[in-house]
Amino acid sequence: MAVAETDIARKVVQRASSGERSRDLLFRSSLMLCLFIAVIFLGVLLVDVAADGVGFLSLEFLTSFPSRIDPQSSGIQSALLGTLYLMGLCALFIVPIGVASAVYLEEYADNERWYNRLIEVNIQNLASVPSVVYGILGLAFIVRGPIDIFGLGVGQPTLLAGALTLGLLVLPVVIIVSREAIRAVPPSIREGSLALGATQWQTIWKQVLPGALPGVATGVILALSRAIGETAPLILVGAAAFQRFNPTLDGQFSALPIQIFNNVGEPAGVFRDLAAATIIVLLVILLLMNSAAIMLRNRYEQKW
Amino acid sequence: MPSGQRPGGITRVRTRRSVGEQAIKGLLAAAAVLSVLTTTGIVVTLVVESVPFFEIVAIGDFFFGTDWAPLAGGEQQSFGVVPLIWSTLYLTGVGLLVAIPVGLGVGVYLAEYASPRVRRTLKPIVETLAGIPTIVFGYFALTFFTPEILKGFLGLEVSVFNGLSAGIILGILVLPTIASVSEDAMSAVPQSLREGAFGLGAAKWQVVVRVVFPAALSGIVAALVLGASRAIGETVVILVAAGNNPNLTFDLTTAHQTMAAFIANTARSDVAAGSIAFATIFVVGLTLFVLTFAVNIVAIRFVRRYRQVYD
Repeated sequence: MAVAETDIARKVVQRASSGERSRDLLFRSSLMLCLFIAVIFLGVLLVDVAADGVGFLSLEFLTSFPSRIDPQSSGIQSALLGTLYLMGLCALFIVPIGVASAVYLEEYADNERWYNRLIEVNIQNLASVPSVVYGILGLAFIVRGPIDIFGLGVGQPTLLAGALTLGLLVLPVVIIVSREAIRAVPPSIREGSLALGATQWQTIWKQVLPGALPGVATGVILALSRAIGETAPLILVGAAAFQRFNPTLDGQFSALPIQIFNNVGEPAGVFRDLAAATIIVLLVILLLMNSAAIMLRNRYEQKW
Repeated sequence: MPSGQRPGGITRVRTRRSVGEQAIKGLLAAAAVLSVLTTTGIVVTLVVESVPFFEIVAIGDFFFGTDWAPLAGGEQQSFGVVPLIWSTLYLTGVGLLVAIPVGLGVGVYLAEYASPRVRRTLKPIVETLAGIPTIVFGYFALTFFTPEILKGFLGLEVSVFNGLSAGIILGILVLPTIASVSEDAMSAVPQSLREGAFGLGAAKWQVVVRVVFPAALSGIVAALVLGASRAIGETVVILVAAGNNPNLTFDLTTAHQTMAAFIANTARSDVAAGSIAFATIFVVGLTLFVLTFAVNIVAIRFVRRYRQVYD
């Protein structure tokens, strides 16, 4: 009797566990299917772009001006230069301001004060304001005044206006990543420096920032790679399509995403392939930037 | 002890050094304040430019009108924003229908099933997806997904510009956001909860679905809300793949125009500055800003809640 009962009990347990096992397998497989969808999608996207665009890639493509009339000789020189200028100007703007904000929030700000909390919540919010809204800000405030920042004349869609707009857009990213890097420097480093008589700023400048540098640099690169991929804000500030001269600081400019966008908008199919070739150039730039970020992180990251 | 003096007679002495320190602190604070000024700039711009619009168009006609034709002339001109809001929410919904199951699936797999080695290879792939510029997704939707997948493979009767393609690609676009935020939330669930459940004889899937998932719920909700917010504000995918015709319809095979896409499209079609058509950029921008702002506040609430529990 007792033996039979344990037998039954064992069978029930076994059945339950084998049922669980197949359910486990099902659950696990459906999760893997999700991952598979994401990976396959990325793969198909990259292969499709490469297949469409690779035929147009050449040195001439990089060094010719875009043309709406003659697609075969059309290139991306003005857009490529525009994107590189935008990246440089944007870096000049976001590095000092982003790092300074992060240092203030991590090292100086007293979290109990309402204004410091306001700054913090504000940055979180700014990080998720749609990019097209930054474009509106750029259009109204930077391109059309009321602030004519560098006396370049109001109402002009200039390279500088584009760079400032993109800078404001990615500033929250720089601040958030820099704060994390600064926070990762252990307090003992600061205490040691302060105990030796250094002032707070000396401690930050000579100890904290060098320690946080790899993290900050990674953040800046990631922010810049987001900035140069943006299309909508540049449409709003008036970036030019098919620009046949090189951009200057205070003049008309184009950029790779804008060039892609305008090529896609052309009815003739050949422009789509030009767009694909431009996408390849943009993706290669982004890939180089991301590799640089990963290298920086692996090479210089400090283990405390 | 005289008032104003600290115990022990220690007083703060102003030296050149301390003045310099204060100045530096001031400069750093000024940089941090710039972000507040940005928000102020956005709000002021949107509101100031919207006020003249509402002097001409009644607020009720704007928010409840179902015909959006701001660029049309004469009698045809109409400022009912409902079609834009509808398409924004509808396409976001379609996107989330794709992104929620797939994104959460990826998040759960990476957090609970993947070995450290597998995670090291797979996570960068998902992050790469997040780093691809949205114009590339737009290109893909228009030149591959619509003609090859929807028309060719599935044999659907869709027009060149359609809401279905844009909505699905929108979902792929926000998938990495949902995957990585929900993964973070699940990774933050203490190991002891899982061990407790295993100790009671639960199978792996039960631990994940009945213990880890509910424990990470607020973080997961935050992930979904952040994904939704990104989809609501996305511009170029819609602009390129969904066309430029505002349509108040359930039909996904035709063109749709969202708020963000309308803004970008109007800005690049030469409308005269100061005209009422130009003002619609700001009015629709304000509507979009308020909508995403509300969604973000909800997300921040949820993020804060799950951080408080386990940190």
